[in-house]
Amino acid sequence: MANIKYKTLIGLEIHVQLKTKTKMFCSCPTGFGGEANTRVCPVCLGMPGVLPVMNKKAYEFSVLAALALNCNIARFTKWDRKSYYYPDLPKNYQISQYDLPMSENGYIEIPTDGGETKKVRILRAHLEEDAGKNSHATGNYSQVDLNRAGTPLLEIVTEPDLRNGREVRSLAQQLQRIVRYLGVSEADMQKGHMRFEPNINLVGEIDGKEFKTAIAEIKNLNSFRALERSVDYETNRQLEEYLETRKGMGQVPKTTRGWDADREITVHQRSKEAANDYRYFPDPDLVPVVLDDAWFEQIKSRMVELPLAKERKFISKYGLSEYDAGVLTSERSMAEYFEEAIEAGGDAKRVCNFITQTGLKLANEAGKSFVDLGIEAKKLAKLSQMVSDGDINASAATSLISKMVESDEDPMVLAEKFNLIQKSDTAELEAIVEQVFAENPQAVEDARAGSKKEKKSRGFLMGQVMQKTKGQANPKVVSGILAKKLS
Amino acid sequence: MSDNILSLSCKQLRDKILAREITSVEAVEAVFNNIEKVEPKVGAYVSLDKDRALDEAAKIDKRIANGENPGLLAGVPVAVKDNMATEFGTTSCASKILADFKAPYTATAVSKLIDAGAIVIGKLNMDEFAMGSSTENSGIKQTYNPWNLDCVPGGSSGGSAAAVAAQMCFASLGSDTGGSIRQPASFCGVVGLKPTYGRVSRWGLVAYGSSLDQIGPLSKDVTDAALMLNVIAGDDERDSTCVDESIAPAKDYLGELDTPIDGLKIAIVPEFIESASDEVAAAINSSIEVYKRQGAEIVEISMPHFEYAIATYYIVATAEASSNLARFDGVRYGHRSDDIKDYMGVYSKSREEGFGQEVKRRIMLGTYALSSGYYDAYYLKALKVRNLIRQDFTQAFEKADCIIMPVSPTTAFKVGEKTQDPLEMYMADIYTIAANLSGVPAVSVPCGFDKDGMPIGLQILGPSFQEDKLLRVARMYEVNSGIEYRKPAILD
Repeated sequence: MANIKYKTLIGLEIHVQLKTKTKMFCSCPTGFGGEANTRVCPVCLGMPGVLPVMNKKAYEFSVLAALALNCNIARFTKWDRKSYYYPDLPKNYQISQYDLPMSENGYIEIPTDGGETKKVRILRAHLEEDAGKNSHATGNYSQVDLNRAGTPLLEIVTEPDLRNGREVRSLAQQLQRIVRYLGVSEADMQKGHMRFEPNINLVGEIDGKEFKTAIAEIKNLNSFRALERSVDYETNRQLEEYLETRKGMGQVPKTTRGWDADREITVHQRSKEAANDYRYFPDPDLVPVVLDDAWFEQIKSRMVELPLAKERKFISKYGLSEYDAGVLTSERSMAEYFEEAIEAGGDAKRVCNFITQTGLKLANEAGKSFVDLGIEAKKLAKLSQMVSDGDINASAATSLISKMVESDEDPMVLAEKFNLIQKSDTAELEAIVEQVFAENPQAVEDARAGSKKEKKSRGFLMGQVMQKTKGQANPKVVSGILAKKLS
Repeated sequence: MSDNILSLSCKQLRDKILAREITSVEAVEAVFNNIEKVEPKVGAYVSLDKDRALDEAAKIDKRIANGENPGLLAGVPVAVKDNMATEFGTTSCASKILADFKAPYTATAVSKLIDAGAIVIGKLNMDEFAMGSSTENSGIKQTYNPWNLDCVPGGSSGGSAAAVAAQMCFASLGSDTGGSIRQPASFCGVVGLKPTYGRVSRWGLVAYGSSLDQIGPLSKDVTDAALMLNVIAGDDERDSTCVDESIAPAKDYLGELDTPIDGLKIAIVPEFIESASDEVAAAINSSIEVYKRQGAEIVEISMPHFEYAIATYYIVATAEASSNLARFDGVRYGHRSDDIKDYMGVYSKSREEGFGQEVKRRIMLGTYALSSGYYDAYYLKALKVRNLIRQDFTQAFEKADCIIMPVSPTTAFKVGEKTQDPLEMYMADIYTIAANLSGVPAVSVPCGFDKDGMPIGLQILGPSFQEDKLLRVARMYEVNSGIEYRKPAILD
């Protein structure tokens, strides 16, 4: 058995579709799906004599995203044409940024096991236009849909700092959260809003001899799961292939491989024998972009607290578990809602449970986000206080949350309306306890302090009290009475 | 009557139409009568639409009858080069690849003409995609010089110049990437203005060299050039390379056109004049005398980087063209080959069949210049030289109001004379290319005839966005040279 040591080097090329209303260089609406070639105009169709005009919003979105990725933002950039012939590329060149990207040298922090974070360096992030889509569904011809052509794309290139599928997935999810927080992308992988192309190879030693495998780029990944599985699959595949052939970087070409989601394997697509010559040159139809101080400040002022910072705050300041903090910060609106509820006097853990346990379940059933259920944060805070004050118990709170989805009424009013207010009146509850004692003499005997069956029997008596009060007795008060009477 | 109408300038015709001395319909009829007679010999038009022209003219006449003023070009029949998109007719760029192309939009410059009341009667022939200096590269037809049908009209806006010279329209639009308005204007004895880059919107102009292309007018006289510029100049939100009105507002170019410039300083580069043919040099020298008589001071300057202009141009323009013309691929519109086996075939066969030889030559040149490993040596170097040429102009305009030089080293040459030698053809643009590389405005004004009766043009170049001054200098020459407007014998 050979002595093998290696590490996997994974870099990502990421394309994030920006959520602008219109395309990058024309005023066609952006969107997903729809009848082919209905969101097109002479500009994005690449007709003769038309000219591109930059979408300022797209530029601002990309600056915001690049800031969140800790990149240096260029104050002067230009547009370049990247030339290649393909039917989904109407002009047969893509307007992109080559030697002066709008941002570079950043990093993204990703959570790793044990609450640690890891910085993954970002080489650059630049803005470009998306291509259309070819389809080869039927017959001996192909069809081209240019609805997507010209949609603004932020291309992010990381350094090969990732080591395994889990980290890649973690980065992808972190990035999704960031761009959604910033409101710059819907970042839905299934819809192709966020596309990841990992570049993978292995470097290491076999029996003391260095080796490097040839880089493979994986395409066709449209879920976080596919991303993680494909990277891990490809790592093993490259190792096995190397052990078998002993041919690595330099001896075999770079390749592009596609992910086959059904078989969960990567499949060879093509070899990159020679680097493509894209004949980049500055686009003479567009003027350079100068990001002056005033504009830059204006963009910066739209920066929000980013998900990882929020998550850490939720853990340290509110004592939430890592898991709960992660769930709450998965959507900016929910995280902000949570903070608003705490601000309004809600108990952090209780509000968190309201949202993550009951709220998200209801939201899921309704096919909405939690915030769109329409419960005001201050009302949820009040609900939390009602539990703290003993006005209602936890199960009443749960049922009130679903009532609050349907009604704008104050939770206290709703609690009264649905008879969910707890009985905390000691005298009244003592009378009920007496009655239960009278009906269950054996259980009372068994529940005396020191009895073998003490715990079980006390539970039974409590249950009887609850039954008589239709669950409205304040369990704290009841157990106090039981303890007193049974001591 | 008809003959009288045709000799009018745009301004004169417009005034008569507004005064209801002539109707626009009559003007259109007169032009088409002349076209019937002359066009078979000259071949200036790629397409003509008489019915549409008459309809539009009738509408203008009706508006005038209703007391409206339809605009600066009310009722005036004009024509535009076929590389400007129009919603009516075809926009072929004189290329087989776009022979049947109908644009769903109209170029801003053309829209502005129409909005000013002009009647666009047809589309004019040109070198395919504006690549050429003789209109011999048209993929549609040959245009002949109205002054001598054995000669070329110049190019690439050969149709635009020939049509104005042969009175087949009152003015036209051409486009100028390396001299394509000025050189044919000079060959055909009309005025041709290339405005400053960014002065006129390029929206709807099918791009050849995007950083060099500029639309401009060809007309019988300088006043009409100013009038046309008044109509087409200005910012356009659809063209980012158009100059911001707050930086360089469009002006009224007619306003002070006839006011002489006091203490005019004119720069000349003696070797430029010496290197032209004897007759051209003599004409330029006598135009210098015309200015001297008006008290102008002549300053001799040097433009050390001018000699690299052609080399620079053929890198920059072809590089841009190789990319601009990539979209003509047979996928979405235009010619698609019948002989296709795979998708690469759609490209290679359609383009092979659709493009002419010169266009292919320039695409290949440009592709080469942008290729990895050559980019720095060619394209990047060319950009550096382009900057040096810009500096030459900046320094020149610190010393003088304008520069004068020939438009072309010779008068119009014979059809077929230079088609075998592309390099010799390229040299025809030696005096015009630098203005495109630096962006400055330049105008060609008729300044006499050679011994064979072929027109000679005087080129005047001015500082960026000072077309008002440039046109005044041109007008001073026109008024004081004693050269009368003449029409070619073909019209007699």
